[in-house]
Amino acid sequence: MIHAYRLHGSHIILDVNSGSVHRVDPVAFYAITHWPCTEDELRAAFPGENLDGLLEDIRALIDRRKLFAPELEVPEPQGQRPLKALCLHVAHTCNLACDYCFAQAGRYHGEQALMPYEVGRQALAFLLANSGNHHNLEVDFFGGEPLMNWQVVKDLVAYARARESETGKRFRFTLTTNGMLLDSETTEFCNQEMSNVVLSLDGRKQVHDRLRRTANGTGSYDIVVPKFQTFVKERGGRSYYMRGTFTHANPDFSADLYHMADLGFHALSMEPVVCAPGSPHALTGEDLRMALREYEALALEMARRRGTSGAFTFYHYQLDLKHGPCIYKRVAGCGSGTEYFAVTPQGDLYPCHQFAGEAEWKLGDVWQGVTRPELCAQFARCTLRNKPVCRDCWAKYYCAGGCAANAWHACGDINGIYEDGCEMFKKRIECAIWLAAL
Amino acid sequence: MQRIQTLETRDLSQSLCGGGCGECQTSCQSACKTSCGVANQPCENDTQE
Repeated sequence: MIHAYRLHGSHIILDVNSGSVHRVDPVAFYAITHWPCTEDELRAAFPGENLDGLLEDIRALIDRRKLFAPELEVPEPQGQRPLKALCLHVAHTCNLACDYCFAQAGRYHGEQALMPYEVGRQALAFLLANSGNHHNLEVDFFGGEPLMNWQVVKDLVAYARARESETGKRFRFTLTTNGMLLDSETTEFCNQEMSNVVLSLDGRKQVHDRLRRTANGTGSYDIVVPKFQTFVKERGGRSYYMRGTFTHANPDFSADLYHMADLGFHALSMEPVVCAPGSPHALTGEDLRMALREYEALALEMARRRGTSGAFTFYHYQLDLKHGPCIYKRVAGCGSGTEYFAVTPQGDLYPCHQFAGEAEWKLGDVWQGVTRPELCAQFARCTLRNKPVCRDCWAKYYCAGGCAANAWHACGDINGIYEDGCEMFKKRIECAIWLAAL
Repeated sequence: MQRIQTLETRDLSQSLCGGGCGECQTSCQSACKTSCGVANQPCENDTQE
């Protein structure tokens, strides 16, 4: 299977099964997209063109399995996949009241709560005990707003570090924050202990303040931007992402990314809002079409800024074509409900943070472990192999079948798809490959 | 190849041979939290095929 597309004057052929990417001229594009193509056909389509060697070159790529490579037969994994990542909801409460929050101001369908240290410690012990041979373990401090339970965050990091040498494991911590409580102490600690930090900023002041407001209704932009600037400056090149959300109010989100870059942030991410279809924030069909155009414009602008002080990275365009994941990862997907669980402040286990608080998806708790293995089995089967709708999609080895939570909320089936999400994802991958091929 | 430039990419069929060590980052632990993208997760296996 191939995917052939044109973008910003480039002609690109992606060979789906080998992962090969070919940048071609219009003649080769025609020949490959009309394959098997004879020289006579080509001469008729491109009179006067020198076609020497083109068909031989194409046949050579086919012989080397870099073009029209055969379908891959990926073996089913044997046995249960060990646990390797937890999303610790250390605070089901928040000091902002953002209108679009999928976690309902951090409460996740429940009451406000902070995770006690004992719950977090048991979660980490549960992770260690169920991590099999994995060396790298990942823990994300999430909320709500995790800095509202700061002492517990610090104590859990200390506990995990103390157990690293004894167990031979390595913890990677990440933290997602709205920035309201960032100060010199939190900044220093995060920059020392967190391998990645996700900072929530929606971009332009009027966009950010429209939805990311404090409890008294005022915007948070003026509070958090200076804190983020200090934080990133002191981070000294370690990984972070400035992450925004775009909604019906700002489908022209590229302007928000450029604004972030103007503020001095250079590792950027922007995600479409996750909300019920009837929400005033939900993307409409016209918003979706605009978003697709925005992704293309963003890629062009990023190419223009390359090598300049205004250059920035965009999370979804960071494809590593040479050293990307193996085919097993690309088939297995995100690992929710199998190697990745979310833990609520009460210690309840869920397949991921987007299912937290939905009682029908509760898997167990950190003391008893998984008490509903049939749910984990459902997620173990939720891979590309078991998504017939993805079988003929050219992007399947880039999204691994997509987000189970998005599919569940869109169509009531974790093995389904979220069609608008697919459209945006495919456009992002086209743009990412285009940037890589420049 | 005058008309075709082939980028250097990891051969997905070759990556079948390694078996998948599972050490790479879980995708939702990075930046998105609301979508699934696996292709931008770097491989952690230094001996990758």
